[in-house]
Amino acid sequence: MRSFLRDAFLKGMATMAGPAPGAPELEEVARALGERARRRLGRSLSIREVDAGSCNGCELEIHAINNPVYDIERFGLKFVASPRHADVLLVTGPVTWNMREALLRTYNATPSPKWVVALGDCAANCGVFAGSPAVVGPLANIMPVDLHIRGCPPPPLDIVKGLLALIEAKG
Amino acid sequence: MTEPRALADLIDGRMAGPDGYMRISVLPPIWEELAAGCAAGLHDLSALWADGKGMRMALSDSARGLRTIIDLKAEDYPSVARHHAPALRLERAMRDLYGVNPIGLPDTRPWLDHGRWPGKESEQRYEFLPVEGEGLHQIPVGPVHAGIIEPGHFRFTANGETVVRLEQRLGYVHKGAESLFVGADIERGTLLIGRLSGDSTVAYAWAYAHAVEAALGWPVTPRNSVGIGRVRGLLGRLATARLEIQRVYDSMPSLQDRTVTTGIVSPALARQYAAGGFVGRAAGRAFDARKVFSYGPYDTVEFDLKTRSTGDVDARLLVRLDEIGESVRIVGQLLDRLSPGPIRGESPAPGEGEGAALVEAFRGDVFVSVRLASDGRLARVHARDASWFQWPLLEAAVEGNIVADFPLCNKSFNCSYSGADL
Repeated sequence: MRSFLRDAFLKGMATMAGPAPGAPELEEVARALGERARRRLGRSLSIREVDAGSCNGCELEIHAINNPVYDIERFGLKFVASPRHADVLLVTGPVTWNMREALLRTYNATPSPKWVVALGDCAANCGVFAGSPAVVGPLANIMPVDLHIRGCPPPPLDIVKGLLALIEAKG
Repeated sequence: MTEPRALADLIDGRMAGPDGYMRISVLPPIWEELAAGCAAGLHDLSALWADGKGMRMALSDSARGLRTIIDLKAEDYPSVARHHAPALRLERAMRDLYGVNPIGLPDTRPWLDHGRWPGKESEQRYEFLPVEGEGLHQIPVGPVHAGIIEPGHFRFTANGETVVRLEQRLGYVHKGAESLFVGADIERGTLLIGRLSGDSTVAYAWAYAHAVEAALGWPVTPRNSVGIGRVRGLLGRLATARLEIQRVYDSMPSLQDRTVTTGIVSPALARQYAAGGFVGRAAGRAFDARKVFSYGPYDTVEFDLKTRSTGDVDARLLVRLDEIGESVRIVGQLLDRLSPGPIRGESPAPGEGEGAALVEAFRGDVFVSVRLASDGRLARVHARDASWFQWPLLEAAVEGNIVADFPLCNKSFNCSYSGADL
């Protein structure tokens, strides 16, 4: 216990002070995103992630925007556990028939105003899984989509930029 | 009662193919004896899948270094799960996808088929297994979970805070991937295989490449078998960070209070299910495809197989920490011997062929089997994620634990939903 207290005093925060100097782009985008999010939505924007058939590659990149390097929660953007607390549904995957109902129920459980972001090539056009009989089709055929963030998977910075674009368009 | 038969008794002087697998065609009675042999612990069930008008079963005997693919030309065939429970979900899945009929299948509920596929809609309810007892209540969780994770349904039956039974229901991210391989060319196959489970994309691609190379007799250039990257600088940092994490973990009794004796997998279950990766190794199963059925470049580098025996969350965590150290060692050795050379060999003429491979992913061994048609296109590709044999052990591991420890147990397994939903 004593060693922890000592470390806490001596070492300070483990979280990086901000994006590394090598990533000015990230700093700029993240700051702009934070300001606009606050202006538009008060202090925060809550995101509910739904995997509707992803290979889990997109999930790994979404995890990354929560890690200490990107740490988007600093800017008031946070992932929430229930769709009832969410402003944004962040949907990945080509939408399988087996997930369709759960996805629609999640959408219906999200209070308005709400926005839907289709993340990754699969959510946009089913990606490499296009044509499979087990897949319903692009997300936009199932619910109104406000934004597509393309990539297989999209890198973290593109996800952050995409969320900025969403707020700008809606602001 | 069917007598168990050992794999070794079936070999009879046969030689393995270039992929290390012996291919043996059998009749139903022998198939059933081999299934009973799995149950008797004579060999491990590595994979089970439908192909064409028949069934295939990959069996391995680690002690003797034997790997076989057993071929049974019948769609109505003796159920393996009737003898050997680890085959159950595989057989239920193949029944849903290909209409094969495992005779004597102990659980005939669909697995991947949720009654939603066009043309196969069904209103039939999925009945969870009954649980009887006083003061029990059920907690349904999922398919949409609270975190940023894949979808699946967990049905807990609890007595107060204690989990009496967990039953999983998966299949939500079934994308029909296997059907997309049929008739595709080899290049398109690489795009698909790398997206069966995004967190193990390298292992899948690697296993697929091995299988295709074996099917076509495609010689591998030496440099092909060595991963390349400017990573030496990172290795040192990684090693230091690992030690720091270990130090913090070792000095935190409150953390260990959560992990030690939580979510125990017994060595017997790990052996029965031939559980790969850290799930098996944390419960004393000394299996790593890179060691037991070694392949390049792992056959020429030095690293240790790390195991623990307690099978709890703590053991799985420590095995993974140990393995980071071994991975740093491996990468260091590979960087030392990196030399220039071609990275792609001339592709041979397209043709018929079969190949299979077992490649160690971070979570355990991935098995991929490829069959090529005479025009060089893919006729059948099957991939078996390590999760198939780990998910059922999670059901056993959470029994008697408190509900609040389930996420801890689940994450310590870190199974793939996508990889097992196909």
